[in-house]
Amino acid sequence: MSSGILFACGGLGLLAIGIWALVLRAHLIRKVLAVNVMGSGAFLLLVGAGSMGEAGVDPVPQAMVITGIVVAISATALALALVLRLANATGKPALPEDRERDLMDSEER
Amino acid sequence: MNTGQALDLLLVLVLLWVAWAALSSRDLFRCIVLFIAFGLVLSMAWVRLGAPDVALAEAAIGAGLAGALLLATWARLPGKTEDSKLDAKGEDDED
Amino acid sequence: MKTRHAATEPGPVFRIGLALLLFAITAGLALALLAEPVAPGVAGQVEAALGDSGSKNHVTAVLLNFRGYDTLLELAVLTSALVGVWALGVAPDIKETTPSPVLLGMNSVLIPLAPLFCAYLLWAGASRPGGAFQAGAVLAAAAVLYNISCRRPELRLPSAPLRPGIVIGLGVFIATGFGVMGGGRAFMEYPAGLAGGLILLIETAATLSIALILASLFVGGRPEGEP
Repeated sequence: MSSGILFACGGLGLLAIGIWALVLRAHLIRKVLAVNVMGSGAFLLLVGAGSMGEAGVDPVPQAMVITGIVVAISATALALALVLRLANATGKPALPEDRERDLMDSEER
Repeated sequence: MNTGQALDLLLVLVLLWVAWAALSSRDLFRCIVLFIAFGLVLSMAWVRLGAPDVALAEAAIGAGLAGALLLATWARLPGKTEDSKLDAKGEDDED
Repeated sequence: MKTRHAATEPGPVFRIGLALLLFAITAGLALALLAEPVAPGVAGQVEAALGDSGSKNHVTAVLLNFRGYDTLLELAVLTSALVGVWALGVAPDIKETTPSPVLLGMNSVLIPLAPLFCAYLLWAGASRPGGAFQAGAVLAAAAVLYNISCRRPELRLPSAPLRPGIVIGLGVFIATGFGVMGGGRAFMEYPAGLAGGLILLIETAATLSIALILASLFVGGRPEGEP
């Protein structure tokens, strides 16, 4: 296996892991983490598939991924600000239908 | 399989493992720290793919700034610090 | 009064179903990747056009010249995310503890070095790996370190000097795009000789903006003292 297809499959795996955690976790910060992992998986898929061709290193997917990283961080920042306001307003960082679920917010270290 | 491909396989396995650990750990602080580690390992993957600009951006933004944002939000959640004040200014916004 | 049905933990049936669905999707996409011959990328075309682009770094040429419109919209996304965060009000306070001496010692080394790294990354972006986003992120990291070190109360910048710095990246980019339209060129079609200088100008303004926006996103709320 050349490295391009390997990283592209790794990206697909990250997408699957991200979707799994996004659906099943109740704490909103965990959902934000899951969305970020999905985004990183999508970027790996893009650049990995881009380097599968014979023309060597393709700069256009790399430029798109740099753009994607910056857009992802700005969306994450807005999402975290919203999570903070929601947690302060309702007491729990969870969606209204998830308030009774286990937030896995334990303090043990 | 030469050493390059073995290293790439190892990188992908470590990426998947750290991502799984970051999303399924019971302690949220540990999850955030593992996410920062995930970002740094991903930065090495970008180098292996021949994308040094993306590696720089991922290390600085994806690992560093995202980690700082997550830790700051985690620390401000109600109940984390002893006297974090609720956002009292939300009531007297003028529109 | 709860009118919604509260969700319970998803049972094993749900989890198995989700796992099967995700496995099917992942396997299908992987097979699709492996099966079809991969389209030849545009690397050859970028290489051919690199001479007129004003930059010897392929990625910078693509980001700032060939796909410059995407970068313009990316700056717009950053700015509007900041507007969204500022619309939520002042950030909730956090109890500030005395910073550890490790942090203060690290700051005394890293914060003065950060503008140097930023300038190097910005300048090197024309021919080596680097660029505006990386430089802006390094500067923002220094601002974040300063913010959390609590050597003085958190940096209470009035928003008035902050605002021009935040919009200057987007503004210079749009102004350059329109400014080159003089001799019958299209929007953002840089003239051949000036492309390098224009890219550097746009990247400098963008670096300042990106640093300020990312640092303000970390603060997480409207600066105090806003009317």
